[in-house]
Amino acid sequence: MTTLLSVQDLNFYHKSRNSFLRKQPPFHLTDINFSINAGETLAIVGDNGSGKSTLANLLVGVYKPSSGSISLNDQQLGSRNTKQRCLNIRMIFQNTKESINPALTLGHMLDESLVLNTKLSALERGQQIDKTLRLVGLLPEHKYFYRHMLSDGQLQRMALARALILNPKVIVADEPFAALDPSVRSQTINLFMKLQKDLGLGFVFIAHNLGIVRHISDRMLVIQDGRVVESGKTEVLINWPKSEYTKQLIHSYYSLVNGQY
Amino acid sequence: MALLDVKNLTLEIDTANGWINVLDKVSFSINNKEIRALVGESGSGKSLVVKAIVGALPERWRIKADRMMWQGEDLLNMRQDKRRKITREQIAVVYQNPATSLDPSATLGDQIMEAVSSKLLSRGWFWQKQQQREKIAITHLHKVGIRDHKTCMDSYPHQLSDDVCQKFMIALALVSQPKLLIADDPTMAMVPSTKIQILKLFKHLNQTRGLSILFVSHDLLSIFSMADSLTVLYCGQTVETGKMDKILKRPLHPYTQALLDSAPSFSKGLERKTDLPTLEGTIPPLQHLPIGCRLGPRCPRAQKDCVKTPEERRIHEHFYRCHFPIHRPTK
Repeated sequence: MTTLLSVQDLNFYHKSRNSFLRKQPPFHLTDINFSINAGETLAIVGDNGSGKSTLANLLVGVYKPSSGSISLNDQQLGSRNTKQRCLNIRMIFQNTKESINPALTLGHMLDESLVLNTKLSALERGQQIDKTLRLVGLLPEHKYFYRHMLSDGQLQRMALARALILNPKVIVADEPFAALDPSVRSQTINLFMKLQKDLGLGFVFIAHNLGIVRHISDRMLVIQDGRVVESGKTEVLINWPKSEYTKQLIHSYYSLVNGQY
Repeated sequence: MALLDVKNLTLEIDTANGWINVLDKVSFSINNKEIRALVGESGSGKSLVVKAIVGALPERWRIKADRMMWQGEDLLNMRQDKRRKITREQIAVVYQNPATSLDPSATLGDQIMEAVSSKLLSRGWFWQKQQQREKIAITHLHKVGIRDHKTCMDSYPHQLSDDVCQKFMIALALVSQPKLLIADDPTMAMVPSTKIQILKLFKHLNQTRGLSILFVSHDLLSIFSMADSLTVLYCGQTVETGKMDKILKRPLHPYTQALLDSAPSFSKGLERKTDLPTLEGTIPPLQHLPIGCRLGPRCPRAQKDCVKTPEERRIHEHFYRCHFPIHRPTK
């Protein structure tokens, strides 16, 4: 197995504008190291405001890291090869519904990312869109639909289609399952796992629900206040947590499952 | 006697395609000191049930019920001011979306102090009363886990994060010392550790003060850990009602089974990375509700009879509506 995505000593420093009355402390994300292989899943777990979403945004290039490197297939991603990053690392945003433009049809939206990133002709683009929609379990006719015409589950599939359309190697997802209903959620999880198996995707996702994390992820990264508390194989980490914070997290999860707290 | 007893609650709303039954014969009851959970996916009408109980629905919608009793008094046929009084003093609601259901134009401190009932105050001058109100408000804020009460009470809802607002909503509901707390997805925006804190608080209040709780949610984990009994709602129909442990051990309705399966935490023998069992399709939109049992098109056990709405059947305290229940011998 070759390493697909590796992150070394990633640092991010963000100073929010202080208002006149209230001073806010600057935000640090320090020394993030991890790597994933093709077909592997990494779960990022942590409290609100611990920097999970920031890390996801750093991976896709929304923010620029202060220091450290992100490399894909042993090739460093920087400001010079943005295109490579756009093609290979795609993101699924937290609120699927809000992240889809209400004024465009779904087909138009998928087309946009193809127009901007590839040199395909109109015909080829159409074929690619049809193929991707079928891949995620939608119909080609769905490209004429607007966002308000679809249900939550379909929108989630749509978000996945938008991520997959450029044949990426890595998908970064910010809480993809949180807002979904139980039955739709298991459908989506099944779809994710099937696509990962078929296409050999690397999958980085942020989650709260440890049940899902344990079920689908290979590795886990626990973040607290911008610092990696613990990382490693999911099975090992859940059964034998070392740090206090992880223990607490896992304990609270199990006490919910067993109903004893 | 049950605290709240709802039998065959039907709600019709007016749409472009005529009148539609969004709630179809919903029945459940809440006993004193009971925690009842109401589970369902979004769009199944959970929040409508909540609003029907407190009477917060638009007037042109038609509500019918065989009975809707609050401690033996009929809520639907009572005088409006009397009903208001009951909902003010004895029922408290935590609404779903804290950011939108709080008043954006008043500080949180003003809002919570307004909710303190004057019955709880001892005699005194108005400034003393104001101080008492503040004191009561602060103790309740501490109870739900807001330590920094000063900032909280001085800010407007948009200045605080979602989970603080959510906690504040719970404090706001508890401050009038209700008999029944209706919590509509109270732990939605919370991380697990805060969630447990809130669940603990609910359980504590339930045990010490005898507070009954109607816990409306689709977060199965927290429901299973605290509720005594469960009502499952699908598309506005109650599909199964009964004691928690009975339902967990032996669900009778296929939908309940699917719900239980959908939480990977509960299936102990589940291999990692295997497919989770699911029902096909999604919850149908209001315009396309199927006739008869509304689960029909998605149900793995559906047969010809399912186009007729199944009657409610019971085994002891366990009610279900299904022609072909699982875990039962076929006739």
